[in-house]
Amino acid sequence: MTTDNLAIDARGLRKEFGQKTAVADFTLQVKRGEIFGFLGPNGAGKTTSVKMLLGLTAPTDGTATLLGHPLGDRQTRAKVGFLPEHFRFHEWLTAAEFLDLHGRLFGMSKSARTAVIPDLLELVGLADRAATKLHAFSKGMLQRIGLAQALLNDPELVFLDEPTSGLDPLGRRLVRDIINSLRVEGTAVFLNSHLLSEVEQTCDRVAFIREGVILQTASLASFEQESVDVILRVGEPTPQLLSNLVRFGEGVRLDEGNGRIHLTLPYENKLPELAQWLVNNNQTLYELRPQRLSLEDRFLQIVGGEVESEKQTT
Amino acid sequence: MTTLIIAELTIRETQRRRILWMTLLMGLGFLVVFGLGFHYIYLDVSKHVTDSNERNLVVGVLLTAGLYAINFLIVVIAVLISVTAVSGEIESHTIEAILTKPVRRWEIILGKWLGFAALLLVYSLLLTGGVLLIVYLRSGVTVNNLWAGMGLMALQGWVILSLTIAGGARLSTLSNGVMAFMMYGIAFIGGWVEQIGALLRNETAVDIGIATSLIMPSEILWKKALSLLEPGLANPAFNIGPFAIASQPSNLMIGYAIFYLVALLALALISFSRRDL
Repeated sequence: MTTDNLAIDARGLRKEFGQKTAVADFTLQVKRGEIFGFLGPNGAGKTTSVKMLLGLTAPTDGTATLLGHPLGDRQTRAKVGFLPEHFRFHEWLTAAEFLDLHGRLFGMSKSARTAVIPDLLELVGLADRAATKLHAFSKGMLQRIGLAQALLNDPELVFLDEPTSGLDPLGRRLVRDIINSLRVEGTAVFLNSHLLSEVEQTCDRVAFIREGVILQTASLASFEQESVDVILRVGEPTPQLLSNLVRFGEGVRLDEGNGRIHLTLPYENKLPELAQWLVNNNQTLYELRPQRLSLEDRFLQIVGGEVESEKQTT
Repeated sequence: MTTLIIAELTIRETQRRRILWMTLLMGLGFLVVFGLGFHYIYLDVSKHVTDSNERNLVVGVLLTAGLYAINFLIVVIAVLISVTAVSGEIESHTIEAILTKPVRRWEIILGKWLGFAALLLVYSLLLTGGVLLIVYLRSGVTVNNLWAGMGLMALQGWVILSLTIAGGARLSTLSNGVMAFMMYGIAFIGGWVEQIGALLRNETAVDIGIATSLIMPSEILWKKALSLLEPGLANPAFNIGPFAIASQPSNLMIGYAIFYLVALLALALISFSRRDL
């Protein structure tokens, strides 16, 4: 990967606050046009990482580039959008005034602002609220106007910190659709989210962070290349059948209680092969169920104990 | 450019949150009370006091009291309108969506300062000018160095404003407010120590006063403004107290106050540019 096609290239970013290390090693690459999910329990260093990338917090150590330019480069920020997690905008402004202000801060001309603001209000479903002051907005509406603010400059890279936390299912659908249309336009999205199902539905790749260290970066497609547990129910689970199944995968065993066979295939594409073999050998096939790990399962596996202990304390 | 956007935003905020109108309306109320009081007292004085010196003394006392109240109000308003300007936006995370735009951090601070400075200028000119106009219209008494005096009253507001903005770049809203008012209090008591010291010819006390003026040149600007305006103070009744000018502040002090203001503002810009958010 050359730096040119990278939206984010972070190497060993580290942040210490006095004795406390908030982020120990933030190393990851996000390609241009990629939808990237950033996952980790509360306090793992997600927000500090994003703040370092956006130049809000200076890293103690390490280097990074955004869109090929070093951190803190002012002109680069004209091509980056950001929806902060905990935000309260100037609530005495109307929705249209708010977008106009942020458009001016992006350095957009008046004609560019008047062209794009009505469209963005339409996009986030607030077209009829242009003249409403933000203090009359619900949390979900603020989230939507915040999202519109992050897209004002037609960015090449967008940071969304928990974009769906205040939204109802309809609003979440909207954010998902917007992210998908950003993908079509070739905009890179860096998504911080607790809602793993959201990430699963929208992201190309994910990174897991715990205690300030990135534990794993993986593409969601790569998970399909991994071994897969299968549950099988046939008419007659004979011992001969069981020994024949060993050629397909490991850990073949019969659950005496419900008569189902369990085994682990090395790849997902062994599935159709197995099904065909069963049919060709005159087995009456009732059930062939791959047990894919959901992103949540993986999250718990990787980040594991942290989340459990957090659940107990909250 | 960004600086002007933020300055305009700052003024619009005080307008939208009704701070601007409340300040102007209450300022008008102040002028009404002063005008009525001055009218009736002057009515009485012009009937019963024939000596023009004595008459001017009464006018001088009232006018100085009015200016002194305005001086205090400028300080309070300067702190109140600006104390949450930086720290408040950091605490509410409002600043994050702004600083991630292609702006320089110092432009944001300078813009806020400019917006508040413009408001303070209008406020202080309105009140000081109003009081002086009332006195002139009713009694015909004029002051010396009108513009210089009014300018120094506004300058004092700007010094306090710079202090609060600089504090806001690092301190929480409440501790910043406490710091600003206490600095004003220290300058105030330092001014008294200096005056009494001057009367008693106690050099140590005078030095303490000068030192506090260097730490916080607010009281000294009031004294200088008063000595420039000279609202009938050539009278022994003014030997002591906030209206007294036992030792004449030098012009150098004005230069120092401007330097102090610029240094504080520079400190605010640098300190805010370097801090983690």
